[in-house]
Amino acid sequence: MRRMVDRTFVAMTLAATLVILAMIAIILGNVVIHGRDRLSWEFLTAAPEQGMMAGGIFPAIYGTVLLVFLMSIVAVPFGVLVAIYFAEYARAESRLYRWTRMAVNNLAGVPSIVFGLFGLGFFIQTIGHGIDQVLYPGYLVYGQPSVLWAAMTMAVLTLPVVIITVEETMRAVPQEYREASLALGATRLQTILRVILPQAWSGVMTGAILAISRGAGEVAPVLFTGAAYFLPQLPTRANEQFMHLGYHIYAMSTQSPDVEATKPILYSTVFVLLVLTFLLNLTAILIRNRMRRWTTR
Amino acid sequence: MKGNSRIGAENGVGKMESAPSRHADNTAADDPATEGQTPFSRPLFPPQSAVRNRIDRLGELFISAVAFVVIAIIFLIFIYVAREAAPLAWRTIDGISIWSPLQTPYTWQPVGGVPKFNILPLIVGTLKVTLIAMLLATPLALAAALYTAEFAPPSLREWIKPAVEVLAGIPSVVIGFFVLIVLASWLQDAFGFQFRLNALSAGIGLAFAVIPLIYTVSEDALTSVPKLYREASLALGASKPQTAVRVVLPAASPGIFAALVLGFGRAIGETMIVLLASGNASMLSLSPFVPVRTLSATIASELGEVVFGGGHYRVLFLIGVVLFLITSLLNWIGARYNRRLRQRLSGAA
Repeated sequence: MRRMVDRTFVAMTLAATLVILAMIAIILGNVVIHGRDRLSWEFLTAAPEQGMMAGGIFPAIYGTVLLVFLMSIVAVPFGVLVAIYFAEYARAESRLYRWTRMAVNNLAGVPSIVFGLFGLGFFIQTIGHGIDQVLYPGYLVYGQPSVLWAAMTMAVLTLPVVIITVEETMRAVPQEYREASLALGATRLQTILRVILPQAWSGVMTGAILAISRGAGEVAPVLFTGAAYFLPQLPTRANEQFMHLGYHIYAMSTQSPDVEATKPILYSTVFVLLVLTFLLNLTAILIRNRMRRWTTR
Repeated sequence: MKGNSRIGAENGVGKMESAPSRHADNTAADDPATEGQTPFSRPLFPPQSAVRNRIDRLGELFISAVAFVVIAIIFLIFIYVAREAAPLAWRTIDGISIWSPLQTPYTWQPVGGVPKFNILPLIVGTLKVTLIAMLLATPLALAAALYTAEFAPPSLREWIKPAVEVLAGIPSVVIGFFVLIVLASWLQDAFGFQFRLNALSAGIGLAFAVIPLIYTVSEDALTSVPKLYREASLALGASKPQTAVRVVLPAASPGIFAALVLGFGRAIGETMIVLLASGNASMLSLSPFVPVRTLSATIASELGEVVFGGGHYRVLFLIGVVLFLITSLLNWIGARYNRRLRQRLSGAA
């Protein structure tokens, strides 16, 4: 009797696991099956035509890559610097460290739509308008949604990801390494740059990739900070709007005049976004697993 | 001393100053932590150049300065969102004041002859969708975490975890799209709902987003329970499932609670899924089968069309403040319970 109860219980937990895995398989399978048809080299390299009912999605891919690129050149260096400060300079018992660390952790859990509000209120309304008033009085140059401000907003959103990942790996570097380096007469800075950072390199990579994958997939922060449904030309300057894969999916599925007609293109766009984020996440997971094996060896 | 600092670093409480790091002339960055020096607190070999030390000090100054600017921006987030909402507190803009979200009638109708801004329907809608998501996600995620941590053969475990992480990596707009285009129609065909998009469809979508979070946090909590507990229980004759439910699960309970709280916080703030899958109509109703509008989706769908600085604009920022405070509180509770779990297990082990 007890054995039967036990077995049923294990079977139920297994069933729950299978349900979750099945849900993943259904979503991915559905997108792959329907997304495949339209996929072609042309789809990836052409601009949309006839109100999104024909053509490709190149501007959206270009815009996403541009956004993520601008975002990472801000989020990664700043994130790494903050992580260095946290792991190597800040005193862990201090109230300052505890509070700032808590703020960073909290930031990681703040809804992304709030970052959209912040981007609008801070970057566009305050910084952008400030620049316009000083440099271009009477013109609207930076005080409007653009790829620059969207990237800055996204950078603030992904910053905690970078900070937390990098700090964790830096703390995992054995204390003996620091002691050995310092004992040899190296300064703290030299120790950080030549000993700790090379050891924590996988953490920097993981953090950067996780940030990029988050940045590529999030839509809420760019809704009001720079994403556009359709642009006739690719953005060439930082203060222009851009097209974004995720926003494109949102807009096509809600604002399209004829959903059935755009469906094949919609599916293929989802497919492209999924492949992109999937590859990024997979790389991050693989690096992390290798790192874990390396540190526990 | 060295041994201590090593352990300290792993617990997240150690750091540099217990390491032999100070140079004799390093007065500018001196701090009280250097008290209680060991014979090793000076380098065995004196630094050869003053320039190098100056670079070292500049480096520390630069890194600290950057860190403080970044951290200041983090605090600015709340301040700026609150700042845009604040004028409502002391004056009425476009007929909207800070009390409007509480005044009758209980409707949210920003466009129309007499716009109405009562956020009660939005709050009820948010809670309704979040509750549905939690009811669906909790049993599934917890059972799967139990299976992965306690019952699965190790070779399988290494596959299940990354597979669930894949779900975490699916952008929420894709989940929203899937519910909107595919799942909602399946549900309507199966159950004959009057509305294709409703609180249930949005809740199911949200569950997709919450499951990986609850799963990961609670699986971590379960695996952090020392092996000793299991061995003691098994030695007393308990079976593996009995051990899992009666010993491991209670031992990990603060972590499980943290997982649920964090999942709840994630669900409340999630935007794109509810924006696409909820039908987005604000109706004050407790039925799970009518369309709903959540706080986050309201910001997302209305901010694009409001006048900057107007009353409507500020009310949306006020909603942002509310979301920020609720999720921060939940994150804080979650982190607290996770810490409690670690303390409990390290104290007992």
